[in-house]
Amino acid sequence: MNIDSWIQWFQSAVAFGTVIMFGCCGEILTEKSGNLNLGIPGTMYMGGIASLAGAFFYENACAKAGITPNPLLCILVAFLCAFAAGAFGGLIYSFLTTTLRANQNVTGLTLTIFGAGLANFFGGSLNKLAGGVGQISISATSDAFRTTLPFATTWGSIGRLLFSYGFLAYFAVAVAVVMAIFLKRSHAGLNLRAVGENPATADAAGINVTKYKYLATCIGCGIAGLGGLYYVVDYTKGTWANDGTIETLGWLAVALVIFTTWKPLNAIWGSYLFGMLYWMYLYTELFGFTLSRSSQPIFKMLPYIATMLVLILTSIRKKRENQPPANLGLPYFREER
Amino acid sequence: MSNLQTKTREPFLRIVKRDGMKAWQSWGIRGIALLVALIICALFVYTITELNPLSVYGSMAKGAFGTTRRMWITFQDTAILLCVALGLAPAFKMKFWNIGAEGQILVGGIATAACMIYFGEILPPWLTILIMVLTSAGAGALWGLIPALFKTKWNTNETLFTLMMNYIAIQLTAFFVAKWENPIGSNSVGVINPDSKGGWLPEIGTNPRVSPYILPVTIVLALTVFMFFYLKNTKHGYEISIVGDSENTARYAGMNVKKIVLRTMLISGGICGLAGFINVSGACHTISEGVSGGRGFTAIIVAWLAKFNAFVMIFVSLLLVFLEKGASQIASDYGLNNEASEIMKGIILFFVLGSEFFINYRLIFRKK
Repeated sequence: MNIDSWIQWFQSAVAFGTVIMFGCCGEILTEKSGNLNLGIPGTMYMGGIASLAGAFFYENACAKAGITPNPLLCILVAFLCAFAAGAFGGLIYSFLTTTLRANQNVTGLTLTIFGAGLANFFGGSLNKLAGGVGQISISATSDAFRTTLPFATTWGSIGRLLFSYGFLAYFAVAVAVVMAIFLKRSHAGLNLRAVGENPATADAAGINVTKYKYLATCIGCGIAGLGGLYYVVDYTKGTWANDGTIETLGWLAVALVIFTTWKPLNAIWGSYLFGMLYWMYLYTELFGFTLSRSSQPIFKMLPYIATMLVLILTSIRKKRENQPPANLGLPYFREER
Repeated sequence: MSNLQTKTREPFLRIVKRDGMKAWQSWGIRGIALLVALIICALFVYTITELNPLSVYGSMAKGAFGTTRRMWITFQDTAILLCVALGLAPAFKMKFWNIGAEGQILVGGIATAACMIYFGEILPPWLTILIMVLTSAGAGALWGLIPALFKTKWNTNETLFTLMMNYIAIQLTAFFVAKWENPIGSNSVGVINPDSKGGWLPEIGTNPRVSPYILPVTIVLALTVFMFFYLKNTKHGYEISIVGDSENTARYAGMNVKKIVLRTMLISGGICGLAGFINVSGACHTISEGVSGGRGFTAIIVAWLAKFNAFVMIFVSLLLVFLEKGASQIASDYGLNNEASEIMKGIILFFVLGSEFFINYRLIFRKK
């Protein structure tokens, strides 16, 4: 009984953590270029709705033609749509902040409002606009994404704990690892960090600051878009609800970036820890007490309080390797020196 | 050497900072950007509904101003949004990124609701309202002061700190909603003191379609005038703008930056808390997460677009509320959901943000 609850708790934490791990990794890449993109919730929304729409139209076309959707194509369509939509959000942000030199914070917030509006509008009306009735659902795509490894059911607790997730959960971990190597070991990663720390120096060293800012932001937002994809196809199992959960998760992803002190590897355990904290209110009996309904919200504050504590502690300790990129949130215009 | 130099060509496009622009020119550019954005919005609505965009804007106008009551509700919502924007303006002008207005509104709302529930039917109305004003502004100010304290003491990033405070306030709201739940099991507080109207902002006049809305609108208009002169004509306002432009300059000039930041955030949070009070006591008479309902974020747009000019904020917030009301009218007319207004807000802001570039810089093309 107890062990089952623990496993369930961990499983829901992984599902939760995967969404924010994508968002967090994307935002780390973006912030390493010096762009503080507060549009991450918006890009996650855009990725989510684009994958939903892509899969919806593909499945509809299949249904009309009378064939069963091909799982691989389902995955490909949804995946590409999510990444492209996220990257498009990043492109809007980059164009406004880097080329047109608009304020980063305000642009990011606008992107969040825009993305949320876009997603909730089409999420609520797509089916109706296409002439259907009732809730939108993309069951074939969702099933394809949620296919688990065969050991999941045969290996008992270990199988459930480690292998019971769709491939995106493992992909998220892979993204975090690759990003850590890229930032730390590759030449391009070094250049990118230089751009985020001191763009004027990077510029003088011959690094194309604009190109790095654009690429890091667009790719980062594309990765964040995958968080939206995972949310739609796996977390909510291929449906849509206008309940603002993606936005909450998106802000948690932004918070997680601080929690990880800008290190992708920390995002792996950090996101699962956030997931555990987020769902803790459902599992307090493991610690010998149950919550009344009115005290649940107090426990739901935990991930935010944890982030605030980390935020405060890192700012007090001022360890050099735990600091944000030095030029984070500041604009860089070559002419204004 | 000189040969080499003559060979390097002038770049095709150069960007040069403008020395300054007359006010009418810069507002003209923003106006053009707004117009282009509205045209794009119309195209967007057209592709979705395939209706004449002009008639769609007509139907939006009907939704926002169609009847006396609707018009006054639009004014009241404008006032509440404006109030939040007035609170944010000094903080943003100081470049203190107070993303936490949502939370500041909510704690103000919670304080107001608490007063309504515990004192509304006991104390005389004027005393209840006085206590509500003080506690809601105090709660909002406290919510704004906490991040400012950490910012001034340890330079803790205020953008993310205020953001986290939002979520804590949301959960706090959920906590109190569960505590004050009425009727039990509804998971909402319901209208507080529906019969005695204890703690409700008094109605002015006798016309039921107008009277409940007059006081909230008047209070906010008074605040608008105050904020305009506070930012423009007082020593505090001057200090805020210097700290916003360059903290170092402020320090060299002998200003106590910490004190200015703390004081400004007290005011900023306090006014946002008051917005919560106006909404709870004057408009919805209940407490839920909807009391802030995204206004904390939208208000940032209002303050920023208006360049912190309190009177311009009136028009910007009216425009945004108009879009909201209009979009929900379209939504109900054509059976869509009303999130379209968020998309339009985004498009408008993208364009106006982009237009700032042409106000601050000019482009020089290579001469043949």
